[in-house]
Amino acid sequence: MMSACDFMAHVRSHFDGVASHVLGQLAAGEAATLNLSAEDTLYLRFNANRVRQNTDVRQIGLELQLQAQGRTVEQSCMLSGQHEADCAAMTDVLQACRAEVAVLDVDPNQVPIVNHGHSAEEFRGVLLPANDLVPAILESAQGCDLAGLYAGGVVIRANRNSAGQSHWFATESFFLDYSLYDGAKAAKGSYAGARWDSQQWASSVQRTMLLLEKLKRPTVDVKPGQYRTYLAPRAFADLLGMMGWNALSAAAWKQGRSPFKKLLEGEVKLSALLSFGENFGLALTPRFNSQGEVSQSTLALVEAGALRSLLVSSRTAKEYGLTGNAAEEGEGPRALDVACGTLAEADILQALGTGLYLSNVHYLNWSDPVSARVTGMTRYACFWVENGEIVGPINDLRWDESLFDALGPKLLALTDWAEIDPACETYYRRALGGSRVPGALVDGWTFTL
Amino acid sequence: MRPQQDFAFAQGALAYARESAEWAGLRYSSETTASRCIRNDMPEKNETSHDAGAMCEVLVEGHFGYAATADTSAQGLQRAFDRAIATTRTASAYKAYGFTPEQRPVVTGQYQSARVQPLNATCLADITDCLRAASAAMQGSDLVVNRSARAMTVQTELAYYSSSGTAIHQSFDMVNIELAATAAQGLESQTRTWAHTGQFGGEAFDRLRWVAQAQRVAAEALELLRADNCPTGAMDLILMPDQMMLQIHESIGHPLELDRILGDERNYAGWSFVKPADFGVLRYGSPLMNVSFDPGVRHELASYAFDDAGNPARRELLIEGGILRRGLGSLESQQRSGLPGVANFRSASWNRAPIDRMANLNLEPGQSTLDELIGQVENGVLMSTNRSWSIDDYRNKFQFGCERGQLIRNGKLAQVVRNPNYRGVTVDFWSRLAGVGKEQVAYGTPYCGKGEPSQVIRVGHASPACLFKGVQVFGGAA
Repeated sequence: MMSACDFMAHVRSHFDGVASHVLGQLAAGEAATLNLSAEDTLYLRFNANRVRQNTDVRQIGLELQLQAQGRTVEQSCMLSGQHEADCAAMTDVLQACRAEVAVLDVDPNQVPIVNHGHSAEEFRGVLLPANDLVPAILESAQGCDLAGLYAGGVVIRANRNSAGQSHWFATESFFLDYSLYDGAKAAKGSYAGARWDSQQWASSVQRTMLLLEKLKRPTVDVKPGQYRTYLAPRAFADLLGMMGWNALSAAAWKQGRSPFKKLLEGEVKLSALLSFGENFGLALTPRFNSQGEVSQSTLALVEAGALRSLLVSSRTAKEYGLTGNAAEEGEGPRALDVACGTLAEADILQALGTGLYLSNVHYLNWSDPVSARVTGMTRYACFWVENGEIVGPINDLRWDESLFDALGPKLLALTDWAEIDPACETYYRRALGGSRVPGALVDGWTFTL
Repeated sequence: MRPQQDFAFAQGALAYARESAEWAGLRYSSETTASRCIRNDMPEKNETSHDAGAMCEVLVEGHFGYAATADTSAQGLQRAFDRAIATTRTASAYKAYGFTPEQRPVVTGQYQSARVQPLNATCLADITDCLRAASAAMQGSDLVVNRSARAMTVQTELAYYSSSGTAIHQSFDMVNIELAATAAQGLESQTRTWAHTGQFGGEAFDRLRWVAQAQRVAAEALELLRADNCPTGAMDLILMPDQMMLQIHESIGHPLELDRILGDERNYAGWSFVKPADFGVLRYGSPLMNVSFDPGVRHELASYAFDDAGNPARRELLIEGGILRRGLGSLESQQRSGLPGVANFRSASWNRAPIDRMANLNLEPGQSTLDELIGQVENGVLMSTNRSWSIDDYRNKFQFGCERGQLIRNGKLAQVVRNPNYRGVTVDFWSRLAGVGKEQVAYGTPYCGKGEPSQVIRVGHASPACLFKGVQVFGGAA
């Protein structure tokens, strides 16, 4: 890889040059926004504590939104990093946008391009080069059956528009999302940050190995039914992640697609134990969105069980006469922060008493959107607990549970600490964002198969 | 793409890489994707991406490694090969398996997807006209609160060259059309959709067909709004082809991927209940079950002539008379496992390494008409169009939901029901297959997710309607 400093500096000056070239070509009556997404990432995929595939990815994507004659068109292309070639490519993109403007209908919900200000943030890390990194990862996990993904390098998001707006966010970071297997049983671990520390990595492996040890106890065959259940932070984060599938979206609500319709219309109420919102102070993602709008540093969504706000993009606000809050187009949380409760880590098993301890859940989906019912599976280190003692691991169970119940009358407690779960999605590009979520104790969780 | 210039640069770059690598490959990908949407008669989205770049692939000390770049100049390719060689040399000391150039056959050839009118000759005004007409055709009641008409057109050019002489060019035109009507009243809301997905050109923009489908989905959304919930209990189940697609995908396709069986996917989507020793012996389902991998079906979404290793693609039966015969495994997975496979080493784009994927995975037609299948059911439900999907990491316990259900009583279709769902365990479920229709219909999706780093890929699934006996069925909350 190019050094992180070199890549950040190269992309920044290149973006400035290409953006000035494009914006300088706009005619009277035209306005434009440019969004850049770039990364220089080393991906290492592991199986059986060996390298299965290694892929270096260097990419710079640039999207142009053109507004003219009341129409809106977006086109994007990959940049080569060469100034002249990329200016020529973006000139072609601009011409293609103009050609479409000429034949499209007027967009009555167009949000005018204005100057939302300036920002610039850069976070430098200390990552190992591949020749040091590969042995550092594998030697700490020697003797383990490790499968997983390391992704590390620079991720950049930037934005400029014809009204003079300019935002820049660049971060150098990594994550190592992994599983340790013992036959068919497995425990999940992750190690993420901006500075690689082999000791911290070794500690992460050791913690996951200890969890895996607990899975060596005889398996308990738990029948479908309703059980008191503890969801560890990562499991609870996945459950709450379903709210990003239309539940908190103002557009989905107005279009009859929100699974939280009953909550929005006062038919149900969530538990007073539950408060959450957006918190960009977690520094997991830039505060500006693809329009360059800058979010408040915090935005309460639910306070003590009462809905305070939905996520409202400017386009939705214009269409439905709402007040926008700088949400991104899909209107899902980008930096979800869930307030902690009072349950101490040492008290979890006693508070659970008899029931199920779920470290992870898997493959969630709405099963009945109108009642906010979600189905999914248990996965990884999940245990049957009796009288506050772990008895043994379970065979994986399917569950089907309404969020109105699990986050409502069935919610018994939240832990007094929370874990940061950085986004590790890598579809198309490395994602930014994440969440901070505590563990949750829920009564009568419904297991079906 | 710039075929002559790309070819010339490729030869230079491959010769350069070959100085340090046992073998080198170069895969160019250029893809233009246009997404158009009109919602409630207003423009919602007009977005086009031009995604182009090259994946430089090397074999160093028995290990394949990759570097991706959008700088396809001669110097840009050399720099990418330098990165690929350096990282792969490091990784080769810790490689999971030792490979040779045999996993990259030497081939030449071309492919052009089937279409009548090339997409690059299809004008935007015609597409917009279809979208506008479909959106308007869904308006017939104030209860239909959301009417969206979406069209995605994809034009893809792939070129693959190797230091051993491979030269392949494949060209695809693809279309994904989605109409959706949401009807809402009080706290209830129901959505009905229609999708048309496959390798097509401009002929897919058939205004009359869109309008007819739009009117149907709007009427059915209203019908569902008034319908009772699907009943709960063990009963017979007929799945229409637009749900069979999902059933095949999740409970046959993914568990048969050899890289998954070999453990590559364990940290992400999961492992598989299928073991290497199961091939040739496992009874996967009833004797009526015949499943093929067929990349040669005209217009099906994932048809192609070569996979991304250059392996020529051809039809293979994976399950024959209910017995598991063959896995979905590339030449690399076949080498690792010693099992028979198919040509399915596929990448989502220029910036991802290929892995084992489904392509067209089809359930072969049987002998029954739909009426004959319905006639076999005393008490059951017919379900159409997937709405919800979830399955465990070993691909055993699944739960799927559909948009529309229709009860079957004494061999005849009865009233429509809403929120139909069913659940089961894969092999047990397929053993309940009691009838297979004779009319196969192809569906597909551009969004099958898998891999680390993750990739979405296009898959096609053709199936007739099928009858399953004694399945656990249930509806939504009362």
